[in-house]
Amino acid sequence: MAISTRGPGSLAPQAPRRSLINDPNVRAIFFQILVLGGVVLLGWYLVSNVLENLARQNIATGFSFLDREASFAIGESMIAYSPASSYSQALFVGFLNTIKVAVLGIFLATILGTIIGIARLSSNFLVAKLASIYVEVIRNVPVLLQLFFWYAVISESLPGPRQALNPVPGVFLSNRGMKFPGLADDPIWTWVGLALVAAIVGVWLLARWARKRQEATGQQFPVVLASIGVLVALPLLTWAAGGAPTALDVPELQGFNFRGGINISPEFAALLLGLVIYTASFIAEIVRSGIRAVNWGQTEAASALGLHRGEVLRLVVLPQALRIIVPPTTSQYLNLTKNSSLAVAIGYPDLVSVANTTLNQTGQAIEAVSIMMAVYLTISLGISLFMNWYNTRIALVER
Amino acid sequence: MKTKIIAAMGTALAIALGSTAAFAGPTLNAVKQKGFVQCGVNTGLPGFSNPDSQGNWTGLDVDFCRAVAAAIFGDAKAVRFTPLSAQQRFTALQSGEIDILSRNTTWTLTRDTSLGLNFAPTTFYDGQGFMVPKALGVSSATELNGATVCVQPGTTTELNLADYFRAKGMQFQPVVIESFDEVNAAFFSGRCDVYTTDASGMASIRSTLAPNPDDYIILPELISKEPLGPAVRHGDDEFYDIVKWTVYATLEAEEKGVNSGNVDEMLKSQDPTIQRLLGSTPGVGQALGLDEKWAYNVIKTVGNYGEIFERNVGVKTALKLERGPNALWTNGGLMYAMPVR
Repeated sequence: MAISTRGPGSLAPQAPRRSLINDPNVRAIFFQILVLGGVVLLGWYLVSNVLENLARQNIATGFSFLDREASFAIGESMIAYSPASSYSQALFVGFLNTIKVAVLGIFLATILGTIIGIARLSSNFLVAKLASIYVEVIRNVPVLLQLFFWYAVISESLPGPRQALNPVPGVFLSNRGMKFPGLADDPIWTWVGLALVAAIVGVWLLARWARKRQEATGQQFPVVLASIGVLVALPLLTWAAGGAPTALDVPELQGFNFRGGINISPEFAALLLGLVIYTASFIAEIVRSGIRAVNWGQTEAASALGLHRGEVLRLVVLPQALRIIVPPTTSQYLNLTKNSSLAVAIGYPDLVSVANTTLNQTGQAIEAVSIMMAVYLTISLGISLFMNWYNTRIALVER
Repeated sequence: MKTKIIAAMGTALAIALGSTAAFAGPTLNAVKQKGFVQCGVNTGLPGFSNPDSQGNWTGLDVDFCRAVAAAIFGDAKAVRFTPLSAQQRFTALQSGEIDILSRNTTWTLTRDTSLGLNFAPTTFYDGQGFMVPKALGVSSATELNGATVCVQPGTTTELNLADYFRAKGMQFQPVVIESFDEVNAAFFSGRCDVYTTDASGMASIRSTLAPNPDDYIILPELISKEPLGPAVRHGDDEFYDIVKWTVYATLEAEEKGVNSGNVDEMLKSQDPTIQRLLGSTPGVGQALGLDEKWAYNVIKTVGNYGEIFERNVGVKTALKLERGPNALWTNGGLMYAMPVR
């Protein structure tokens, strides 16, 4: 940086002629090329060695195995899958199962973590102490142990399907999972789902319009009531238009197990429970520290303006706290997603579980591991990008 | 599991870096240099490979590792064991972490070819079966439609299971857990109706791990052929020959009535086959690149096939297995040694 230090008004004499060796810029570029070259060479060496060794040992390489028939069964799947499906379909089933548990887990852990975090700040001694015990116990026990614990609790404490607990008519609790009635198949349900999505978009637009109107005219619009109306009415009308089907698919004990209805498997329940409870303890600490970081004066000032407690939290404290909360929470979301790979220990068929089986049935270790790495990298980068976008959006706007 | 990914990545890296030690020359040279045979075994399957409270490994699969060590070093103790899960075993062998995989591994076409393995002769003919609690009142595998089945992943067991139910047009719900202990716990806690694995393994699990063995029955159907035996890396014929002929030597010895008790007397036998086997007539050992006493050492320290079988899984053990297809061909079984000459 020698050049930039010489300001225009400096009295330094004309720079002496340098040789290229002494020019720091040239040196910097030279060393960077050297390092890059080294990395490329190392990579080339590794790859060529892998290929050579694999060829010598007669191990097949390449991704052509993905089209072959998988021939193994998978316990739960969100798409149609049978052992006759291909390895790529099996991997996709695993991927969807990972996404399912990650999305639900992130959603629930955020809610639970926020509640616990706020509870730790409660002026109620008992609530605050219980919340801190929760945080200290849960975050100091390895998550794998917690998964084993929840899985054991579910599979050991619940009876077999023939003695299933039946707390509410149609709901059965056994060590095969929780079965409850689902809506019988009817094409209208797809439309009801679409109507719900449309209603959510409508509510969002409505809220935007209401805010603009309030900013412009000062008039308030009953957004909450109207939103509830739209959210209920639109799907309800669609359902009525489709003939208002009320048929339920009720689980029934048949042979070994229940048939019909919706099932939450013990593996999924244990994994979700373990991940949510574990991650929530970290999120709770993040939320607590975020709220604590907002100066108490802000709260006092807001109260002085005559805002309610809820409004103080929602309009003054949380917007400032969120800027502190969001970046570390992103890390927790990533952790939860990656920890979901521990599913293999308790038999939930997530991506790692399916990819491991694929690896073992085909012997394609390098391919299977690279698929796993690519998928987790993509999911993680996706979460990261979304959270960064959100963080920029809520960041302090400096004018 | 995350550790699994790390292990797999490590393995990939090991392959990447060439594992020069393992492939520097024939495996035999590397083994001789180390002074011991590195053997991959099951993490704990009584009768086949199981560590006792002192950490000594015992079992049929373990004994064949010891036999190979005895053939090479004359010392059945020159073995180190690596306990491996079904998922880890092949990469461990491919990457050179172990020299022999002796872990109730089924010989299949894909494994023999695209996995880069070579299988030594089968040391145990097995078949996959089903175990159910007696309370279910099931007496045949054909009544299992709709059952929940516990199974370990990454095995031929998992594939045979799916094939069997597909062929019979029946449904099943798999519960696939990698850890041996966890899958057993899941079955015995009633998470599954059915447990499936190789019949011998199931006998072992029922007799040694069930809270009450009499509460469970093994269904009569065997749904597959499971020839189990040691495997080595493809491409090292010298070492492959040694493992192969060590197995044959134990069979040949049983056929000729040579056992660990009488092997010293048998050195004076007039039978030319026994003379060749025990090295009284030299030539065989040299052909394998070993000491002429290789087979003598195997039989003296580990025993012949019959002794190994009876000691580990036979009728006097907890597993109580009959010889069945594992009897010598002369007794109507499948065990047949190629001529040692």
